[in-house]
Amino acid sequence: MRYKSNMLIKNVIYYFAILILSSCFKEYKGKIKIDGSSSVYPLTEAVAEEFREKASDIKVMVGVSGTGGGFKKFLRGEIDISNASRPISKSEIEQAQKNGIRFIEIPVSYDGMAIVVSPKNSFVDYITVAELKKMWSPESQGKITKWNQVRATWPDLPLNLYGAGTSSGTYDYFTLAINGKAKASRGDYTASEDDNVLVQGVASDPNGLGYFGLVYYEENKNKLKLVPVKATDDAEAIFPNDSTVQFGIYQPLTRPEFIYVNIESAKKPYMHEFIKFYLENAEVLAKEIGYTPLPPQVYKLSYSRFRNEKAGSLFEKRSVVGVNLTEALTENQ
Amino acid sequence: MIKRIKTNKARIKDQLFKYFAMLCTGLCLLVLALLLIDIISKGIGRINWSFFSNLPSRHFDESGIYTALIGMVSLLFLTVLIAMPIGIMAAIYLQEYGTKNRFARIVEINIANLAGVPSVIYGILGLQIFVRIAGFGNSILAGALTLALLIMPIVIVATREAIKAVPNSLREASFGMGATKWQTTRNVVIPAAWGGILTGVILSVSRAIGETAPLIVVGALVYVPFIPEGPLDQYTTLPIQIFNWTSRPQQGFITNAAAGIIVLLAFTFLLNGIAIWLRNRWNNKVKF
Repeated sequence: MRYKSNMLIKNVIYYFAILILSSCFKEYKGKIKIDGSSSVYPLTEAVAEEFREKASDIKVMVGVSGTGGGFKKFLRGEIDISNASRPISKSEIEQAQKNGIRFIEIPVSYDGMAIVVSPKNSFVDYITVAELKKMWSPESQGKITKWNQVRATWPDLPLNLYGAGTSSGTYDYFTLAINGKAKASRGDYTASEDDNVLVQGVASDPNGLGYFGLVYYEENKNKLKLVPVKATDDAEAIFPNDSTVQFGIYQPLTRPEFIYVNIESAKKPYMHEFIKFYLENAEVLAKEIGYTPLPPQVYKLSYSRFRNEKAGSLFEKRSVVGVNLTEALTENQ
Repeated sequence: MIKRIKTNKARIKDQLFKYFAMLCTGLCLLVLALLLIDIISKGIGRINWSFFSNLPSRHFDESGIYTALIGMVSLLFLTVLIAMPIGIMAAIYLQEYGTKNRFARIVEINIANLAGVPSVIYGILGLQIFVRIAGFGNSILAGALTLALLIMPIVIVATREAIKAVPNSLREASFGMGATKWQTTRNVVIPAAWGGILTGVILSVSRAIGETAPLIVVGALVYVPFIPEGPLDQYTTLPIQIFNWTSRPQQGFITNAAAGIIVLLAFTFLLNGIAIWLRNRWNNKVKF
């Protein structure tokens, strides 16, 4: 009995030794390593899945360590592509220069941020950006706790807020667009990185208000009420939907999402093939998974920018809030 | 009279305590049952052959756990391969060879403390040492080494307990026949303690099986449409796949997550079952 089990263990060790050796010599035709934001992940996954049909000898793998975590790996040269739900930051650009990493920035889709309340809430007909700022700014912490403090005609009911957790790209963008400064927000609200938790929270709280990606509203329409947003007090109230988001009418709560490609990796033919495939198919695939695609010419402009190996970020000097991608890309070919 | 009342009171207290304890047990079981019913009712319909054989996909009804399951099994296999010999030998040293001095006591306390360190800390350690310094990258080997660190204290503690349970008379008999310490340990102590050691190892694996946080830190991926062909390949595991599915907007992915949880639970159950079976088998075989 003992003898047999010893043999088994020996065989297993041999098996693994052979595996280790064989994997050292194994040649792949190509490997593409992608990591980063969880909100860009579904689109990249869809592209990778379709690309597998086309080029099955190229191994594309995607991780989800968040926009910040993805950039950290990207700037150490550990991955080829970084999924990002916000533009690369100043300090990250400095890090890139220090490490000698050059990159191409490619916008791939839009994400509209939905402002939602419970269906039981009958008094909210629209909301202005100024009112959102009153709700969410850091100074409101502990002070703005009732709906009638935001707008006098709203009832004297407690205001319960639900929003993105501090490490998500959604949080960075929302605070920048509403409060004027990334990561400046009150802290006394229910925060979660998991949008499904926020959906549950707002759906079951008649006094609640929350923000998250439009696709989470679309999948839970019957449990939530969408609130249209006015950019200024006398502007028109706009509902986020596929067309208002795609053509930049729903502002300032429409954000572009990006992939960042390492220029060294981009020189490999199969990487070029992959990016080309990504930009050709992003529009159809984004729609399929419930995301909002960019206007078609933006993909074309991005591809020619990629082919010219135009390095650097568009947002070093301009704000990402309310950006017109077509103009910005045309200027920077 | 007074004395009788007192005994009555004591008896009532005794009964009350018994019911209270029963209530506590019942609550635990109730919570567990609710969780199980919820998960099984959500996910059982999704479990079919294609769920096991499909690659990850954007279509929830075509998405499967093939690579995640193989990734998890190879990861655990490699983890045991690393943690078991080192853990068992460390325990043998501490129990059979080590002298009981101040140093040994410090080592002992530290091992006990290590068992309580949050798993993500091991992840950060693994990221620096195995992924970056050793240069294994986001490979299955780096993940296995990290998990091996995580379960090592449990293996050591369990092995020591098992060795401690071997009666001294057996050792003395062996010494009496002229055996050396190594011969005694190899031929008497370890075979007698083997059931306990294996049980400890398997239970530690069933702890490692659900770990997500340290693996995300050391770079387990989510979308891996190929099975690892060697320890230096990239991988994904079932808990990470489940974690990803629960955060997706479409309800279908939530169902997938529930089905994944059922598979994971079945795995844990199987491992614990094997541990109990081994213990019983060895207890019958080895009698002191």
